[in-house]
Amino acid sequence: MAEHSPPANATEKRASRVRWLLLAPALLVLLFAASGPLLITLVYSVLTPGDYGGVIWQPSGDAWFNVILQRDIFDDTLSWSDAHLSIFWRSVKLSLMTTVGCIIFGFPTAYFIATRPKKQRDLWMLLIIIPFWTNILIRTFAVVELIRNEGTINTVLMWSGIIDAPIQMLFTEFSILVGMIYVYLPLMVLPLYASMERLDFSLVEAGYDLYATRMQVLKRIILPLVKPGVIAGSILVFVPSLGAYVTPRVMGGGNQLMIGNLIELQFGQGRNWPLGAALSITLLAIVMVALMAYVRTAGKEGPGHG
Amino acid sequence: MTAAISVRNLRKVYPGTPDVVALADASIDIQDNEFFTLLGPSGCGKTTLLRMIAGFEHPTSGTLTMHGEDLSDLPPYKRPVNTVFQSYALFPHMTVAQNIGFGLEMLGKPKAEIKQTVDEMMELVKMTEMADRQTGQISGGQQQRVALARALAPRPRVLLLDEPLSALDFKLRKDMQLELKRLQMETGITFIFVTHDQEEALTMSDRIAVMSAGTIRQIGGPRDIYDHPAERFVADFIGDTNFVPAEVATHKGTDADVTLSSGKVVTARMPEGEQMQGKVTLAVRPEHANISTEAEGLLPGTLSEVVYFGTDTHYHVALDDGTGFVVRRQNRPDETSGFSTGDRIGVQFAPGVGQVLRD
Amino acid sequence: MAKRFDIQRMPGFKTIAAVTFVLLYMPIFLLVIYSFNAGTSIAIWEGFSWRWYVSAWDNQQVQDATVRSLIIAFWASAISTTLAVLAALATTRTPKFKGQSAVFAMINQPLMVPEIVTAVALLIFFAMIKVATGYTGLLYLIIAHTAFCIPFAYLPIRARLTGMDLALEQAAADLYAPPFRVFTRITLPQLWPGILAGAMLAFVISLDDVVITEFVKSAGQDTLPTYMLGQLRRVVTPEVNAISTVLLGISVTMVVAFTALSKLKT
Repeated sequence: MAEHSPPANATEKRASRVRWLLLAPALLVLLFAASGPLLITLVYSVLTPGDYGGVIWQPSGDAWFNVILQRDIFDDTLSWSDAHLSIFWRSVKLSLMTTVGCIIFGFPTAYFIATRPKKQRDLWMLLIIIPFWTNILIRTFAVVELIRNEGTINTVLMWSGIIDAPIQMLFTEFSILVGMIYVYLPLMVLPLYASMERLDFSLVEAGYDLYATRMQVLKRIILPLVKPGVIAGSILVFVPSLGAYVTPRVMGGGNQLMIGNLIELQFGQGRNWPLGAALSITLLAIVMVALMAYVRTAGKEGPGHG
Repeated sequence: MTAAISVRNLRKVYPGTPDVVALADASIDIQDNEFFTLLGPSGCGKTTLLRMIAGFEHPTSGTLTMHGEDLSDLPPYKRPVNTVFQSYALFPHMTVAQNIGFGLEMLGKPKAEIKQTVDEMMELVKMTEMADRQTGQISGGQQQRVALARALAPRPRVLLLDEPLSALDFKLRKDMQLELKRLQMETGITFIFVTHDQEEALTMSDRIAVMSAGTIRQIGGPRDIYDHPAERFVADFIGDTNFVPAEVATHKGTDADVTLSSGKVVTARMPEGEQMQGKVTLAVRPEHANISTEAEGLLPGTLSEVVYFGTDTHYHVALDDGTGFVVRRQNRPDETSGFSTGDRIGVQFAPGVGQVLRD
Repeated sequence: MAKRFDIQRMPGFKTIAAVTFVLLYMPIFLLVIYSFNAGTSIAIWEGFSWRWYVSAWDNQQVQDATVRSLIIAFWASAISTTLAVLAALATTRTPKFKGQSAVFAMINQPLMVPEIVTAVALLIFFAMIKVATGYTGLLYLIIAHTAFCIPFAYLPIRARLTGMDLALEQAAADLYAPPFRVFTRITLPQLWPGILAGAMLAFVISLDDVVITEFVKSAGQDTLPTYMLGQLRRVVTPEVNAISTVLLGISVTMVVAFTALSKLKT
């Protein structure tokens, strides 16, 4: 109904005016406190850092240069910025491991829920959704209490005499991984469940009927059918993992940084806002590439907006 | 007399790739007090046309007038027409009485008048006891009556009905068909009725417009449309039909002498204003034909199958020209055709029964 | 005798699912249990007591942070829900239009852009405004929260609107109700579960936010989550557990109510 060959008539003009009037307040707020600031961040990434934070309005490409490279203070030679690269590498590595971990725990769980009687499924899903909507800080903190040196696990192990000194679990890459799997697991189960619930089990029956074993049915019938769910879940877990801030901050204790913490550092002790801005844009770009790759694969199955 | 609704060259295109033409070029005049039916398969444009009259859709081109007044720029709430929706669209958060009174309330009628009209309407559709029920608590047939009463309450000049009976079961549908016809006579309101059910159309309508693929194929009274379909689509869509190849020998007005494949000549009916020559197709209704001995018949063939249907019997004939023909004969207790499968027989029909179809 | 063949069974899946549910809830249960610990440890149980709830209640900083959290969550959810209703009407009740995908992208931006990036962007932008105007009040936090709450309020409201039978609104228009009365008499009475659901979701999201608040807040503007984040660096007492438990309680209540509301039939 939008575009006719003759110019839009009065009714459509009115509809268009009403539409933009209704949209205006929301779009203004979003422009002011979401889209607009992103553009300013882009501008900041090509300015010169001020001595005490902030910027000097002088164009400079240093921030972008410093994202992955560094110049030696003494002889000006170029080299890879090992500190940044190792943080990028850790972010990507931990995010991938988190994704795999979430699949390992999430796939059987989603399958379990999808094979419950219809009436029970919503209740089981509620158990997944509740943690999803509870404070990420509280959930991270709950894990911290479990694994810290004075925490439940170490206390129990020492009390029972299995160990003499607490095992250092907190403030390691391992603890970040545990925390992120814990925090992002619901994001994996939700889309997996959605695709498994639609699974037609007569196809599974047909598979067994045609002499497939359980593993063959899983590999040749179930997995291909729920693949969209696995992809969606992986993206939903990978993207926030990559930009994680709270979990690595609490779990990593300041020495196991991820990109999010590196960005924060530039606005705190680092006092290099342009570098922080450039790192933010870099992170955003990586996330957007991942999201677009997802839309490409999922888009074929229908309009994506929900 | 000006028409109640006059549709001129109405066209509706939904842009897209490719564009979807919902209505190609429709022109109709619907008279006052008429029960007019738009009949056609789904996607033929009948609902689009109805929704344009209601004001829910806007024509791409063409004009739409009511008693000579242009409707184009009037929003739905300013058009003196009301709609009975296919889904009934009863407001779930209101009672039966509130639903029926809604239109009058919006028109700003005084409370007493609203109450009186609502009471009348509930009486009219026999829903008086249900006045305070929620719409979710009444049956499908009752919802149908409420939807009807709600649309009638503001006394519209034209009532639009969008397949209102399609959700009802067979028995209820039959009752409602008569009920609707009665209401239309009693109220004297013009009804425009949309359906894909040919039988419904034939029983209720004063006139029918048969539509397909966004085009109006034929307009006429039920009998006219059934007995004299103007083209193959209409003949095929309404009732069962035999298509018989023939060749026009001579014609005068709507009478044409045609030669059949057997060489015999019979008088058939030509659509008004047509001057067709050469090869044509005749439509012959199964119940308008009969079987006889090979010598007596117009078309010779072999009786291939006899199917008993209770009220009538179908005789499937394999004609010598290679086509098939079905004859339907009503069963009588004291009578049999005397033919059985494999017999050589002839198919017969009276002069004027065959209808020449437009290409 | 061999067990009957179960079509749906996959070896080990049930076990892993059980382990998952246990692991998912055990930390939360422990967190809640130790909030009632009489001792100062978060691992050694010394008996039941309300002392940490009392101590949190008496803590001036906690009180201030709670009030601040509630003020922000109230305004952010109220404003974002109102804006979301208008936007949802615009995107579901008018024909498709040019720029529709750009509008969707803008509304959903807070869901797609990593929170840390939005946080940094707001820090930069608001720092400019703070310098220019000298104003450092709560408004920054309210506006920031409103923006990222919009998609959360928008989605359930939009879902409700698209689930509604359009014929109802057309029937009202057909019965002489002009657009605004169609909205107040037909749309709104059926939309309210969606609106309530959206508002509650927005409220929880605002109440729970850590990252954006941490970057946008001026000195002395801690909300409960940022206060807790600050506390985690120190020796932790069950007081943090007590605060967490209260926040958890609010979230769980809201989520359960939200789920119930979204299931209400149109």
